Amino acid sequence: MITKMTITNIHVINQDSAYDFYVNKLGFKLVDDIPMGPDARWLTVSPPEQPDLQLVLFPVKVSKIFPKETAETLISLIKQGVFGCGVLTCNDVFATYEELKAKGVEFIKPPTKEFYGTEALFKDDSGNFFSLQPINNFGK
Amino acid sequence: MNNISRHSNSKKTPTVEYPRFYLYIRIVQAKLFIDNNYAEEIDLDNISDEAYFSKFHFIRLFKSIYGKTPHQYLISVRVEKAQQLLRNDKTVSEACFLVGFKSITTFSGLFKKVAGESPSSYAARHKEAKEQARKAPLTFVPGCYAYQHGWLENSNFEEGNI
Repeated sequence: MITKMTITNIHVINQDSAYDFYVNKLGFKLVDDIPMGPDARWLTVSPPEQPDLQLVLFPVKVSKIFPKETAETLISLIKQGVFGCGVLTCNDVFATYEELKAKGVEFIKPPTKEFYGTEALFKDDSGNFFSLQPINNFGK
Repeated sequence: MNNISRHSNSKKTPTVEYPRFYLYIRIVQAKLFIDNNYAEEIDLDNISDEAYFSKFHFIRLFKSIYGKTPHQYLISVRVEKAQQLLRNDKTVSEACFLVGFKSITTFSGLFKKVAGESPSSYAARHKEAKEQARKAPLTFVPGCYAYQHGWLENSNFEEGNI
C-alpha cells in the first residue's frame, strides 16, 4: 500500500531564479541547497505547512539525464506553459492572489468562479503553471 | 485544473466579484508591510489606523485570512528570519537584534514557542547538518536521484564515504 508522496520534481530552467520564486515569492521553505560539484545543486523546497513533501527544483539542461535535443524540447515546452504542476491550496484565494500579484507573480487567470469552486492560475518563473484554490474547494 | 490555452480561451467563467475588495487590499498591504519591516519597531495600532480599521476589526479580518493575529504573525516572521540568520552562522544575539527583538530572553522564549527548540539548539543542529552536507553531500540526496544524475560515479566532490 502506498502511503505518501514524499518527493516530486518541478522542472525549472534556472535554479537561482526558481529559488527566488519559490522561496521569496511563494513563501516555500528551503529544505536542502547542497552543491553537488561545480555545475550541479540539490535544491528542494516544501510548501509552508507541508514539511514532509519535498519539491525538487530540477534543472532542465544538457546533462546525463537530458540529451541536447530533449533538453531543448523540454525547455521550449515549459516556456510555452504546457505543464501544469498541480493545485496549491490556501486559506483565502483572494488575499493570496493580491499578495502574490504584489510580489510580481504572473497570473493567467484571476480568482474565478468555476463549477468546482473559485480558482486562480499563475505561472512560475520558468513557465510551469499552478492552480490556486481555497482549501474548502476540497471539502476541508 | 487544465492547460493554459484552454483556460485562457474560457469565456463562460466570469471573474468572481471580490468579497469586500478594499478590505482585502488593506489587509494584504498590512501583511506585506510586516513582511518588509519586521526588523523595525512596528506599531500594530498604526497599521490598523493606516488601514482605516478599528483595531478590533483589523485583527479579526487579519486572523480570518492568515490564521494568526498581526502580532502573532509578526513574531512568526521574526522567528523565521532569525532561523535563516542562524543557519547562516549568525550568533543568537546577532539574530535576536537583527530581526527586531529588544531582549534575548524574550527572543529565546518566543523562538522556542514557535520553533519547538531554543535558538542555540537550532543553530547547533544546523551547523552540524551543514558540516555533514559539506563532508558527505550525497547522504542528503535520495540514492535514485544521485544515480540518475551520475553523482555516484563522479563523487570526487565528496569527502566522506557513502
